[in-house]
Amino acid sequence: MKVAVCVKYVPDATAQRTFSSDGTVDRGAVDGLLSELDEYAVEEALKMRDSSDAEVVVVTMGPEAARTAILKSLQMGADAGVHVLDDAIHGSDAVGTSLVLAKALERLEPDVVLCGMASTDGSMSVVPAMLAERMGLPQVTFASEVTVDGTTVRVRRDGDTATETIEANMPLLLSVTDQANEPRYPSFKGIMAAKKKPVETLTLADLGVGVDEVGADAAWTKVIAVEGRPPRSAGTVVTNDGGTGAEQLVGFLAGERFV
Amino acid sequence: MSEILVLVDHVDGAVRKTTAELLTLARRLGEPCAVFIGPGIDSARDALKRYGAERVYVLDSSDLSDYLVAPKVEALAQLMASRSPATVLIPSGAEGKEIAGRLAIRTESGLITDAIDVELGEGGLVTRQSVFAGSYTVIANVTRGTPIVTVKPNSVTAEAVEGAAVEEAVDVAVSDAAKTARIVERQPRASSGRPELTEAAIVVSGGRGTAGNFEPVEAFADSLGAAVGASRAAVDSGWYPHSYQVGQTGKTVSPQLYVAAGISGAIQHRAGMQTSKTIVAVNKDSEAPIFELVDFGVVGDLHAILPAATEKINARKG
Repeated sequence: MKVAVCVKYVPDATAQRTFSSDGTVDRGAVDGLLSELDEYAVEEALKMRDSSDAEVVVVTMGPEAARTAILKSLQMGADAGVHVLDDAIHGSDAVGTSLVLAKALERLEPDVVLCGMASTDGSMSVVPAMLAERMGLPQVTFASEVTVDGTTVRVRRDGDTATETIEANMPLLLSVTDQANEPRYPSFKGIMAAKKKPVETLTLADLGVGVDEVGADAAWTKVIAVEGRPPRSAGTVVTNDGGTGAEQLVGFLAGERFV
Repeated sequence: MSEILVLVDHVDGAVRKTTAELLTLARRLGEPCAVFIGPGIDSARDALKRYGAERVYVLDSSDLSDYLVAPKVEALAQLMASRSPATVLIPSGAEGKEIAGRLAIRTESGLITDAIDVELGEGGLVTRQSVFAGSYTVIANVTRGTPIVTVKPNSVTAEAVEGAAVEEAVDVAVSDAAKTARIVERQPRASSGRPELTEAAIVVSGGRGTAGNFEPVEAFADSLGAAVGASRAAVDSGWYPHSYQVGQTGKTVSPQLYVAAGISGAIQHRAGMQTSKTIVAVNKDSEAPIFELVDFGVVGDLHAILPAATEKINARKG
């Protein structure tokens, strides 16, 4: 069995993230890392390998530094990595991203494609659905619990109005939430072993994707402007001295007509 | 006038508030046309008419509801081909985004997710999105195909405008490939009797500061007619169910009033609530980052302040 995990290199969410003049996320301005939500996808793949003889390959696209995301996944225990590295990719939207990833994934012929629930930067959550559509795979997204039985995958999904149990057969695309598991930390042994694991670097030409099919110019959407939101004007903060906190709170709510 | 397709969000015909909001938005852009998929049109009809649906496309085939999003994508793709709508509006949310993602690829149309506003500009549709935990607004448009936009709940105030609501049945064929993933069991969530979290006008959330006791949070919420939310710390501690989590990996809320009780305000939590109109916090730690966001804050113990405030509010209501 082969499990392919899509991972993304994102700017650290706890840092001051900004945009470049071309309307793209400024990835050089702050340190990047493996998107926290993708760690759950890597962990789920490793769990599948622990219970069978699966091979786990992580796939990413992005600048040179995106290799960091692959390395972290390899340290956690993934077997190999694929890095699509090409200057033409810069500025791609979800449509372009899904095209490149789909081509890279098809070469691997995976039984399961695993994704996180969203990236921590763009947070659109649509790339998994787009990949499934492009690859002609059934998709089971936002899984909070995954059980594998032979080639059948059963997941629990906690929706807005109901909890559902969904069954699907391989090959399929699966995305997992942060409820699905507890990602392991790389061990010292894992960190040492990762250095020797194979990482294949591919260009768009290797994948048969034209440079005119990706990037900002090929995007089906366009950012017209990015506006910094004015910081919220400082509000009133009172202390609960003499137990007047509740009274002041209700006074504020009444003034704003909430009570 | 061009049709604007609105995918109806409903549970067995009980139409959710987001649909009324999307129909209201659609009216600004063209002729609002509802797309109703699943059983229960008889219960939904009045609500769709009341919020201005001029047409209602109905795909009422209960055996399709087992197959996740595939029939919905198929139905929308067919309508896009036959009706040539100017725009397709879909509620943001796990299912909505999944449908939108597949639909965009299938129809070669640009997709914008989590819009907080949609309007007609000089060159066509223009959307606004709030990104990076609300610190930036991105203004964008679609440059290819039919714009598909998912819209966040509470982005507009729904306005009742009577529509003609002319019904038309739609039929779709679902491919065998789409049938390979199916729902084998569905457990409806027990109703808390409170407003739904993402739709509520007021949300009161509890965090680590509750120390596991959500009673003061729930009682205070009830005095305000509010929904109850929880921070990731509270959910991870097992104090409150995950379906009530507000933040990056939970629900995104944008109510008129958000009350954070015993929540420090980490970036992941702020991502889920920063666009709330009015923000109030109660926290023992005066250094908690949540106080940077508030319109009004009280430094103190929520276990003392919330019950006292609840009592005062209930007394006012007499």
